[in-house]
Amino acid sequence: MEGLQENTVRGKDKKVICYHCGDICQNELIVFDEKNFCCNGCRTVYEILKDNDLCTYYDLEKNPGITLKSRDYGEKYNFLDQAEIQHKILDFREENTAKVHFYIPGIHCSSCIWLLENLYRLREGIRYSRVQFTKKELFIDFDPQKISLRQLVSQLATIGYEPFISLEQETRKKQKTVNRTLLIKIGIAGFSFGNIMLLSFPEYFGFEGIDDLVIQRFISWLNVLLALPVVFYCSTDYFRSAYTGLKQHYINIDVPISLGIITLFMVSVTYIAFGIGPGYLDSLAGLLFFLLTGRWIQNKTYEGLSFERDYRSYFPLAVNRMENGFFRTVAVKDLRENDVIHIRNQEIIPADSLLASGEAYIDYSFVTGESRPVLKKRYDLIYAGGRQMGQSIQLTVRKPVSQSYLTQLWNNEAFGKKDDSQLDSMINRISKYFTAAVLFIAFTGLIFWLGINMEKAWFVFTAVLIVACPCALSMSTPFTLGNSMNIFGRNHFYLKNAHVLEKMMKITHIVFDKTGTLTPIGDGKINFKGIPLEKDEKLWISRLISNSTHPLSRQILNSFGQLPSLVDVPVQAYTEVKGKGISGNVEGHKIMIGSSEYLMPEATNGVIPPENDFNHSQVHISINGRSRGYFSIVNHYRDGLGELIRKLGKRYKLSILSGDNETERKNLQSIFPAGTVMMFDQQPDQKLEFIESLQSGGDRVLMLGDGLNDAGALVKSDLGIAVTEDITSFTPASDGIMDASGIHQLDKFLEFSLTSRRIIIASFIISFLYNILGMGFAVLGKLTPIVAAILMPASSISVVIFATFAVNGMAKIKKLI
Amino acid sequence: MSVIVLLIIFSIVVALIFLIAFIWAVRSGQYDDMESPSVRILFEDKKNKDKQPDHDQENPEK
Repeated sequence: MEGLQENTVRGKDKKVICYHCGDICQNELIVFDEKNFCCNGCRTVYEILKDNDLCTYYDLEKNPGITLKSRDYGEKYNFLDQAEIQHKILDFREENTAKVHFYIPGIHCSSCIWLLENLYRLREGIRYSRVQFTKKELFIDFDPQKISLRQLVSQLATIGYEPFISLEQETRKKQKTVNRTLLIKIGIAGFSFGNIMLLSFPEYFGFEGIDDLVIQRFISWLNVLLALPVVFYCSTDYFRSAYTGLKQHYINIDVPISLGIITLFMVSVTYIAFGIGPGYLDSLAGLLFFLLTGRWIQNKTYEGLSFERDYRSYFPLAVNRMENGFFRTVAVKDLRENDVIHIRNQEIIPADSLLASGEAYIDYSFVTGESRPVLKKRYDLIYAGGRQMGQSIQLTVRKPVSQSYLTQLWNNEAFGKKDDSQLDSMINRISKYFTAAVLFIAFTGLIFWLGINMEKAWFVFTAVLIVACPCALSMSTPFTLGNSMNIFGRNHFYLKNAHVLEKMMKITHIVFDKTGTLTPIGDGKINFKGIPLEKDEKLWISRLISNSTHPLSRQILNSFGQLPSLVDVPVQAYTEVKGKGISGNVEGHKIMIGSSEYLMPEATNGVIPPENDFNHSQVHISINGRSRGYFSIVNHYRDGLGELIRKLGKRYKLSILSGDNETERKNLQSIFPAGTVMMFDQQPDQKLEFIESLQSGGDRVLMLGDGLNDAGALVKSDLGIAVTEDITSFTPASDGIMDASGIHQLDKFLEFSLTSRRIIIASFIISFLYNILGMGFAVLGKLTPIVAAILMPASSISVVIFATFAVNGMAKIKKLI
Repeated sequence: MSVIVLLIIFSIVVALIFLIAFIWAVRSGQYDDMESPSVRILFEDKKNKDKQPDHDQENPEK
């Protein structure tokens, strides 16, 4: 790389944006090739792309890159060399051709598509690659003799597109076929609808010109033929759902729909067979076409989001196991008791085990929410789900994965909770009365007309059943809720389905997790201001603060990144003054860390004056009595939290459930209203029990959480929302996924859910008006095919239009779009 | 008048051809991803010395 300058500037205040990933270069700034980079990872990716002439990547979108979270892929993917695992992952394999597809959460812009589809220029052996943007999937054809699966995956990882590898990819395939089937059904319904309408046109205009009976009958029977696939193929889902509902003695919305479909079809065929009239087949096909389209629009919003993840998504797939003195990669599920496994830095421990060698710092934040790594000594028990921080360790497996503590939690009945959305949805409650009312009117009409005109009586009876089809009724809810969900989606808040929105309207109690929900998990940005620290000095500081449990200590420690382990260096004369700071001697140097008042008495050169900024916490450092400056740490509560809590506090009961220790209680009390329940040191199962106790007290609970530790509580609560920094990353099973940056809008979301309820009620009123009109015609015996053909689509379309405009209009008023 | 029967049959057959084409398109996965093709078409290969593999039309799943 000739002629390229490279230097590193630290602690620069100006906001410089990384050329690769677009982040603000905070901790360090690397200038390379006259471009700014925030870290070495970004620079490396740039270098790779530049060497391979792939810089178009940067032309398509501004700063399209992805920061590399971990850069050490050394042996991480070794398990991909195993034939058994390869077999599961590869879609197809032959001598020199293999096909594979990956889910890559990082795909987010057109540059990503471009780069990933030009992989063949980056590495020999990759023949062809294709992105499916909405699903964030990448399909690759490659030559396994030139590039192994492992090399392929680590190549992707080094340029920032680390694939998510799971051995359970079948579920995604299933979902795909469902979507395709729905599209085909819409196509067929639309085809029949259009053609039947076209053929019925003469009837609409009362065109008696076709007095040719043969042609008339021909057209009628052709219509029946066209309607057959609509009834026997397109409507099957509704029949099935209605049947399941009835079997459980429950009338859901699909019951009146199915009833309508069957009556429409039977009556029409009878009319045609006996030459009474042309029937209502056009209405039938139109009804199905609109219903299915509504369903498709709903599905569309939710492609690419997964709400059903379990612990397996978090755990590694393979691990190194000792076999005859060598470590060999094996699948995690094959681990047996007493196996010796090797866990490297940043790896997750897959099974409950004993530490067999060395010392381990286990970060359980993922499991318990406790953000401080725990020191484990030899023969200590380590639970599955912890992440090793530091050097490699060896463990003896005590329990196979399936019996580990965390896995057991998953077997809690809360996770077996059936989707009860059918039972309490508003539309289903109404549909019960609706069906009853329709049947009542139909029979009354029948009895009334029986005395007057036998033939007319049956006509009235069937006409009521036909026109009362709850088409508009059933469409108002999905369209209103679907549009509302879209509005939420634009604010990076994704709900699992429309029923979740209905539950949202009834929430009375909101429970927050602390770490990761109220506070960002990645900690605040840290800047050091003052005289730059030498490497040795950093080591001493890190050694000292590793004794402290204070969250700020941990954040400073993290900001140092990887440092050689100093476990052997003792800290002498360690003292901690609560709320002030800590001090101690490391390798003969006196280090003091804490507030400026704490350092003041001993500082020989005076303390650098602190800034008055409540958004930043400041931690001052002095070494051997000489003040060196301070770490300025951005206040680690999320933006706008205070105001959000103030607003929510008025209407809802609030609680905090934290797996962390109590150090934050004071800060939280200043934000939350008096009387907020705060529980600290909560285990995952305790969180679950807490939710349960709230529910038995009659509360409907909304739980916001992030980690695995909240998984039980999220599932147990009436509405569990997973908060995540990055929508594409993996979140526990939940009813909704919320981008952490949008959490301050929670009150708006809750309010809007009530708005959408009002909109639904308004659309119900509209569709009832149509029904009354239609029934009027029917009861009077005046429901001609032309009236039905106009009334039925008109009611559906106007309800859909109303719902769409009302929701978008309200969202504009409420400033959600 | 019977010519109308012929015309109707003919029109239905034409419509059927389009329906079948639609079903084929759905099944072959053309509707699986409606986002990336719209982006992809705007890419230009500045200096594409390497030969583009001739897989263009292939459905990635197979």
